[in-house]
Amino acid sequence: MGKIAKYTRRGFLGLGIAAAGGLAVGYYYYQKPYPNPLPGTLPEGAYSFTPYVIIGTDNQITIITPRAEMGQGIHTTLAALVAEELDVDMDQITAEHGPAAAAYHNSGMMKEGAPFPFFEEGFMAEAARGAMGVVGKFLALQVTGGSSASTDAYEKMREAGAAARETLKAAAAARWGVQAKDLTTASAAVVHPDGTKLNYGELAAEAALLEPPKSVSLKDPSEWKILGKSQKRVELLEKVTGGTIFGIDVQLPEMLYATVVMAPRFGARPASADKAAALAVSGVQKVVDIVTTTGAGFGVVASNTWAAFEGAKALAPTWEAASYPADTAGITALYEAALEGEESFTLGGEGDALEALTEASDVIEAHYSVPYLAHATMEPLNATAQFKDGKLTLWLGTQAPGIAQTVAATMLEVETEDVEVITTHLGGGFGRRAEVDVPLYAAAIAVQTGGKPVKVTWSREEDIRRDTYRPMAVSKLRASLKNGLPDALDMRVAAPSVTKSLMARTFPSMGSAGADRSILDGGFDQPFSWPHSRFAAHQLDTDIPVGFWRSVGYSINGFFHESFLDELAVAGGQDPLEMRFAMMKDERHAPAREVLKAVADMANWGQPLPEGVGQGIAHTLSFGTWTAEVVQVDMRGGSVKIEKIWVAADPGLVLDPGNFEAQITSGVIYGLSAAVGQEITFSDGRVEQENFFDYDALRMAGVPPIEVSLLTNSHKMGGAGEPGTPPIAAALGNAIFAASGQRLRDLPFGKHVEFDLG
Amino acid sequence: MELIVNSEAHTVEAPEDMPLLWVLRDMLDIKGPKFGCGVGACGACTVLIDGEPVRSCVTAAADVWGEVTTIEGLPDGERLHKVQEAWIKHEVPQCGYCQSGQILAAVALLETTPNPSDDDIDAAMDNLCRCGTYPRLRAAIKTAAGMEG
Repeated sequence: MGKIAKYTRRGFLGLGIAAAGGLAVGYYYYQKPYPNPLPGTLPEGAYSFTPYVIIGTDNQITIITPRAEMGQGIHTTLAALVAEELDVDMDQITAEHGPAAAAYHNSGMMKEGAPFPFFEEGFMAEAARGAMGVVGKFLALQVTGGSSASTDAYEKMREAGAAARETLKAAAAARWGVQAKDLTTASAAVVHPDGTKLNYGELAAEAALLEPPKSVSLKDPSEWKILGKSQKRVELLEKVTGGTIFGIDVQLPEMLYATVVMAPRFGARPASADKAAALAVSGVQKVVDIVTTTGAGFGVVASNTWAAFEGAKALAPTWEAASYPADTAGITALYEAALEGEESFTLGGEGDALEALTEASDVIEAHYSVPYLAHATMEPLNATAQFKDGKLTLWLGTQAPGIAQTVAATMLEVETEDVEVITTHLGGGFGRRAEVDVPLYAAAIAVQTGGKPVKVTWSREEDIRRDTYRPMAVSKLRASLKNGLPDALDMRVAAPSVTKSLMARTFPSMGSAGADRSILDGGFDQPFSWPHSRFAAHQLDTDIPVGFWRSVGYSINGFFHESFLDELAVAGGQDPLEMRFAMMKDERHAPAREVLKAVADMANWGQPLPEGVGQGIAHTLSFGTWTAEVVQVDMRGGSVKIEKIWVAADPGLVLDPGNFEAQITSGVIYGLSAAVGQEITFSDGRVEQENFFDYDALRMAGVPPIEVSLLTNSHKMGGAGEPGTPPIAAALGNAIFAASGQRLRDLPFGKHVEFDLG
Repeated sequence: MELIVNSEAHTVEAPEDMPLLWVLRDMLDIKGPKFGCGVGACGACTVLIDGEPVRSCVTAAADVWGEVTTIEGLPDGERLHKVQEAWIKHEVPQCGYCQSGQILAAVALLETTPNPSDDDIDAAMDNLCRCGTYPRLRAAIKTAAGMEG
């Protein structure tokens, strides 16, 4: 470990580290790729013709990993895709986030936005996926979300590595006067048949003058040296020495510090504020009015963050009334009315569920609910902005740099090219850091600081109370049985459209149309053969902003659907596992059966357990990964002790097993925190919770051992970051039922039972 | 006021009630201690004062009674602390935001309890991690204690 000093204070935005005279190569095979954004950013004398690989004459190799590193290890996995084909070792490369640019769009995320189950590969489903992918490219969505980064990058970043490798081989062949096909590559060097080596840095300048090959062949997975094996994270040393630069750590010359006080009643404007009192606080320099598409309020600019916080407290603003009911009871009444009203749309479904239920002698009916949830990323929201000479620079931990750039340019009425977004590390994202409110408020403040940069840090209270929440949702499920097995299901869900809410605040001029599948995700697209089924969305939109929260709709319907299936198993006198097997008849459902079988083996499902101890099982297919979970609880002490969790997940292909396991575990704990105790409620038109003392998450003592097994039976690659979350609430609730006979249908469970959290 | 941070003396002009966290971050440019909640509820701001873990967001800089150690001061020259080495071995960090505080809390635990039981770890390590790195964190503490693998 001789590199501490280098890592603890390394500069961020390290594009400049490519030595002068370097070469940027990259490649992917699109008909009309977007322009490579790198040339203008490289030092004098550098060449580049595509977006992912930079090679310095000193053999420094930088791989551009254009998805947000928010803890999910994506920089490591994306770098590994390139390194595998480029034939460089992981300790020979540096991963850099790179600029906001159209070339880095995420078409993988949009593809699975088409309203078809993941396993449906009929003509319509494939055509829709293709069209959605094109939309992703057209809109140039450089977004990190939908657990899609690896699937999107899988072909194009390996191709980038292979194209660069072949170009370097061609340069070596020319220098040696031999045929490129006789050369091999290893550890960032081209190797002559006689064993002589030329490292990539020595070849960079010559290779830059060559055309990359028109097509490349990729290695067979059996030849992989890096992919498929656990890699050390590229940023590990930084992260244990305090050297990682998160957005909140940005430090610039002459920088001012600020915070925001935004309307706590969503959509409301300020009625009054005591600006003089705020300005009287020592260190406070300015109070700025903020009016944006995402909210209105104030910025308080000061000489340090703490002074800004103190000034914000002194401001004591009052606000106009909200457009929605003032408290949770009133909001709930709106939901219940929507649930009883006419459906907005249906998705999927088979047979005639309504008719079958009318004719059934016994109908099992249940009502479920989940609350609004905040993201509560570990790093409070923040952005640094500088507006100088008509150009805006944003230093931002963002999941969507291109959208931040576009929207900020629109607000300031400047050209998109006049907004530069420099992406820092993210102290957690979970969907929250795809939103544009943070950069917009920073930009609105920065236009009033005379060209000085300003770092805008939200207090934790602002972060919790001005979130874009995981929607509250309620569901009514009705089902009938035939010979003890489920026959007909009518699943109705009342929830707002996340897409509509997001579009309204982000691109208000564009509007949004069409069904938002997230209202029914985790219900209509699950691998079950129902003789009769119907999945109906009862859409209900308010001014309470809702957004993407780790696994989005699956976090809601995974709970509703998998809990209700457990109820049907009880009603039919079936084992919940065996009943699922009986319903997963289709060959396309095979991966689901396999993960259920695996998790049941791990947990020794069906073993006799003492009275008061119970296991619950659930499975949700989300983001292309089939995920089965078993929870065991011990309630013999009266409270619920979560003893152990087992997970079997099948993403089809595992690029980095260690990291995949970490992501699944992370998703489980994230969902478990919500299931046990998280809830956002309203009173006086405002969110009632404000900090970790009333919106907490599980700590070390409350988290049981979690065992994860990874399978690869699925037909195509799925994601890692989100699929762990959806089944956990249902698995926990089903375990509580098994242990106690108490059926819990409303989250969080902590409202109804006491948890022993150590 | 005078502060000794990572063995270096600093003279700071700051209001009496300004928390140590903001003096470190905004005045001394020591960014290892993180802002998480401002009310001492999450532990992201944990620093050591004379070896004791303290939540710097609710400790006035003027009240600091001893030498402050942040993550930047933990390595011995070029050599990482054994807790940092264990964090690397188990690949604990995900987003990494809470880890400076977690590492310092673990260092303090192992100073007083060199061979901690699971209950000791549960009791001492109540810093929040939203990525849920707890299982690896627990394993890394045991490795740093020389207890397993």
